[in-house]
Amino acid sequence: MTQPTPASSPSQDFERVLPASPAEVASFEGHGKTFLQRAREFLHGNPAAVPLIVLLASLVIFGLLVGSKFFSAFALTLILQQVAITGIVAAAQTLVILTAGIDLSVGAIMVLSSVVMGQFTFRYGLPPELSILCGFAVGALCGFINGFLVAYVRLPAFIVTLGMWQVILATNFLYSANETIRAQEISANAPILQFFGENFRLGGAVFTYGVIVFVALVLALWYVLNHTAWGRHVYAIGDDEQAAELSGVRVKPILVSVYVLSGLICALAGWAMIGRLGSVSPTAGQFANIESITAVVIGGISLFGGRGSILGTMFGALIVGVFALGLRLWGTDPQWTYLMIGLLIIAAVAIDQWIRKAAA
Amino acid sequence: MNATQPILSARGLVKRYGRVTALDQADFDLYPGEILAVIGDNGAGKSSLIKALSGAVSPDEGEIRLDGKPIHFRSPMDARAAGIETVYQNLALSPALSIADNMFLGREIRKPGVLGSVFRMLDRPAMERTAREKLSELGLMTIQNISQAVETLSGGQRQGVAVARAAAFGSKVIIMDEPTAALGVKESRRVLDLIQDVKARGMPIVLISHNMPHVFEVADRIHIHRLGRRLAVIKPSDYSMSDAVALMTGAMKPPADVLAA
Ligand SMILES: Nc1ncnc2c1ncn2[C@@H]1O[C@H](COP(=O)(O)OP(=O)(O)OP(=O)(O)O)[C@@H](O)[C@H]1O
Ligand SMILES: [Mg+2]
Repeated sequence: MTQPTPASSPSQDFERVLPASPAEVASFEGHGKTFLQRAREFLHGNPAAVPLIVLLASLVIFGLLVGSKFFSAFALTLILQQVAITGIVAAAQTLVILTAGIDLSVGAIMVLSSVVMGQFTFRYGLPPELSILCGFAVGALCGFINGFLVAYVRLPAFIVTLGMWQVILATNFLYSANETIRAQEISANAPILQFFGENFRLGGAVFTYGVIVFVALVLALWYVLNHTAWGRHVYAIGDDEQAAELSGVRVKPILVSVYVLSGLICALAGWAMIGRLGSVSPTAGQFANIESITAVVIGGISLFGGRGSILGTMFGALIVGVFALGLRLWGTDPQWTYLMIGLLIIAAVAIDQWIRKAAA
Repeated sequence: MNATQPILSARGLVKRYGRVTALDQADFDLYPGEILAVIGDNGAGKSSLIKALSGAVSPDEGEIRLDGKPIHFRSPMDARAAGIETVYQNLALSPALSIADNMFLGREIRKPGVLGSVFRMLDRPAMERTAREKLSELGLMTIQNISQAVETLSGGQRQGVAVARAAAFGSKVIIMDEPTAALGVKESRRVLDLIQDVKARGMPIVLISHNMPHVFEVADRIHIHRLGRRLAVIKPSDYSMSDAVALMTGAMKPPADVLAA
């Protein structure tokens, strides 16, 4: 049916001219576009481009300002180490925000999981490997409760996870009796708990296993989100939940799976956090939820769901790390870091709004 | 004409939304190989009827039969698995996903071998090839890029994607809720031709439309929906367009012979 020869006889008289009309469709591509419009379309198609550009620019700027103290393999890999935990939690946050939800309980899940890993080993004498599995199970359970309440009870994610944040944090303090497990004790009896703190060197560069697992996790999630049906469904749900349901996405089970996966990733962050701190502390990671949302937003993920790339989240986390270390080495008051990050957040959302207009 | 068994039928469907009764004891019959048009005022309950038939809402009361067997669709996917494909009035596309991803949403093709079975990798080339074929079959548009996001398409092109998706996957019944509403003259003609093509393949179609010339051109029978129920079923050859409109709006009482049809 390349040529419009109507199989049916036209019912309206003005349609008789149709067979004479050209078959190709008008094309508007190419002319009449300003540079800004093209830029917007490019960014619309490549949501991780903005944070990548900002990251590279901030590296250059701090490199110029601070010099070789900043622009060394050691300092740059130090940034990676400093953002790895936030980055892992931000990866979990990305999944939830892509579905147009939000998870305020990520930090609490991370801490509770790490406490379970530590306490099960030292209080009950379980083999540390088993305790780690229990920590993951607790993370998954917390995620499941979130997901069930959001998907099946249909409560707003913000409220559910706000409540769960308090519940989990209180559980964490009650259960741990506010007790810290000291680093020496862990390295003597259960070094596997500190696995992600171990490192290897390449010249001046220092890579912890925590950094490796952070980058590997982001790459794996990037693959899953872009090249599997599950990933496409996550985007479709965040984009337009009803349309997704009507066109054949099992919205509820997928939402639950997203929150469970988020819980599991938080448990992984909890394990990595033991490596970073050395100890197991129920008061650690207080700001992980806000920091993860910051990385996600600076990474160009839309809080309205359905848009953005998880690579952007990784760049977003790194941008925060670059600013924090760069400003510190430059010798400014740490408050400047918060000020700059605050401005970046607002700028990122403004850019997101502007890019979204490309579609309209 | 009722010697054969309806392929899809419904009896006494009721659907309430709070205090609004969208379907009030509605009946429905679709026979093999026919094009059945459903007409009715805005808010008459046409979309509610087809949503009940396609599993998008579950009716509060009533019975639906496919091939004579009672069915209970719990989701649109159940209906799709049973071979009923629907173009919804709001199109049900995901704006940020590509044309190909949209066409295959919920029934993606995976790569053969380990890549597909273990790594669950989508077979993008295969999906894009099929999507392009289906779209050019429909002749609705020449799309520059099959991997472009649906939100970058015009309203009519989006409708074309939704129609192509239904035509590509429907195996028993295709339901279209106002498929030409956003289309230009030429594109509407293509969709009407497509409807005839699909019918020629032996597939029955339910067409909801407010466009009387289109309805009278393609329909074998016309189901007139009024106040949440089937008022009458008429043959376009026996009635004029103004009679149909008069029945639909309540200006004319239906003659006795069409009431039971
Ligand atoms: N999800 C819903 N919630 C509440 N009321 C609804 C819902 N869907 C439909 N209704 C109501 O049910 C009635 C029938 O609506 P329906 O969409 O089936 O009409 P329609 O015949 O398709 O109209 P149109 O020609 O405008 O598409 C209307 O009064 C509508 O307000
Ligand atoms: Mg309708």
